[in-house]
Amino acid sequence: MPLITCKDLSLGYDGKEILHGLGFEVCAGEYLCIVGENGSGKSTLMKTLLGLNQPFSGSVVLGEGLKKNEIGYLPQQTQIQRDFPASVLEIVLSGFCGVMGVKPFYTPAQKSAAVRNIERMGIPHLKNRCYRELSGGQQQRALLARALCATGKIILLDEPVSGLDSKATAEMYDIIERLNREDKITVIMISHDITAALKYATNILHIGGEIFFGKKEEYMESSVFSNSFGGEKV
Amino acid sequence: MILLSVYLFTRFLNLFSEYDLAVRLIKKLGIADIFDELAFYFKFPFVRYAIIVGVLIALCSSLLGVTLVLKRFSFIGDGLSHVAFGAMAVAAVAGLTNDMPFVLIVTVISAVLLLRTGQNAKIKGDAAVAMISVGALAIGYLLMNVFSKSANISGDVCTTLFGSTSILTLNKTKVWICIGLSAAVVALFMVFYNKIFAITFDESFAAATGTRVSLYNLILAVIIAAVIVLAMNLVGSLLISALVVFPALSSMRVFKTFRSVTVCSAVISILCALSGMLISILASTPVGSTIVVVDIAVFFVFYLIGFLKAGIKK
Repeated sequence: MPLITCKDLSLGYDGKEILHGLGFEVCAGEYLCIVGENGSGKSTLMKTLLGLNQPFSGSVVLGEGLKKNEIGYLPQQTQIQRDFPASVLEIVLSGFCGVMGVKPFYTPAQKSAAVRNIERMGIPHLKNRCYRELSGGQQQRALLARALCATGKIILLDEPVSGLDSKATAEMYDIIERLNREDKITVIMISHDITAALKYATNILHIGGEIFFGKKEEYMESSVFSNSFGGEKV
Repeated sequence: MILLSVYLFTRFLNLFSEYDLAVRLIKKLGIADIFDELAFYFKFPFVRYAIIVGVLIALCSSLLGVTLVLKRFSFIGDGLSHVAFGAMAVAAVAGLTNDMPFVLIVTVISAVLLLRTGQNAKIKGDAAVAMISVGALAIGYLLMNVFSKSANISGDVCTTLFGSTSILTLNKTKVWICIGLSAAVVALFMVFYNKIFAITFDESFAAATGTRVSLYNLILAVIIAAVIVLAMNLVGSLLISALVVFPALSSMRVFKTFRSVTVCSAVISILCALSGMLISILASTPVGSTIVVVDIAVFFVFYLIGFLKAGIKK
């Protein structure tokens, strides 16, 4: 049974429909890239998967005992965060906020898990540093560590490499791939970078205009791909 | 060994003479007189009440200040305090003797509405705050003018706006209400500290991972409203924003973790309120504006420290 099944979704905001008849499913261990032009509804779709947006019609069903608060999320950075006075550890710990319900404080086990997740991201030396003084790539790693605190199963990434330089971008893709391959974490990623999407993903969801959902190999053969990225050599 | 003890002994003597010197210096500068004067004032219960309430209000408002500044809601204090002003006017016209519960309820409702509209509304957060703020101010003043039985309307209005004397006219019930409310605010803040951090830093992540964001926003709104109504007694409705933003901004110049910023702004706020009140007693200046001026001075000191710290790092 798939982790997430979407049936006949119709999405939009402010009462305006931008996507309809969307259906796809994500199974455990897959790496799904969502591609499409700006304004095609990628972020809206992700918010719907997370339950932040209600779809106009259709349904999102979670399977295999996946609970709503077990979905990790790496949102795009907001203006507020850029000058936020907080240490990396404080931010990573806040990933546990959803699972602890009404309990007011973090347990020692959660604290050590947060430290482990920071180490997994390769930034143990930045544990007590101030978030706003980090580079873009380091900030993204801290936020990814936070997302890992919220989940061990599935992680949703909204353009995780936007605004990063090429070295940080490569490192970020590397980390995400490791999480997928070694830790068997299911990945759903919005990406502008079709090259990387085709390199790392197992499945592709193309939205905006024509809709395509299927294996990466099928996508590269499809007319949707050649129409959108026709002349581009991948 | 002997040498060491001799050394320590001389140091001790030195210390003693230094203490002696300090005492003489204090006498010379007339600082002792100041202490005498303060002791004189502290004999009056209303002065003691004012100090207790002032410190508590400063503590509460600074705790929330960090969150409000970071959420880009610095002006919410201003807006809500004007609502409270309007509510007070209505209460006065209706002839309510204890206006606190009424004012509190009205302010809580407006706080809830304001923080809700911040998320998804046609009128954006800052415009909504501005609208409610000036609207309530105008209605309040109008009501006070048309229906007031007092001869000195502009004096009454000035008092509510700048809190010039109201802190010194607190009766025992009001003091206990203040103590109770501030204890509740501090307790709620500590219990929900981690949640408040999560929804301040990243509301959509918190919501996505199962934190009940709207519930905690509601709690936050209620706490804010309670603090505003409390703080009106101390600094009046025009100066509340200063109590909310200055300590938070000062500590953000120097400190870098959420916890240290929060603790530091609480300490700054308490010390500023205390020294501001003492100065205002001695120099007979208005309480509210003196506290705010001390807050401003401290902000510049911290700004300088932050600047120097950054310079040293480079």
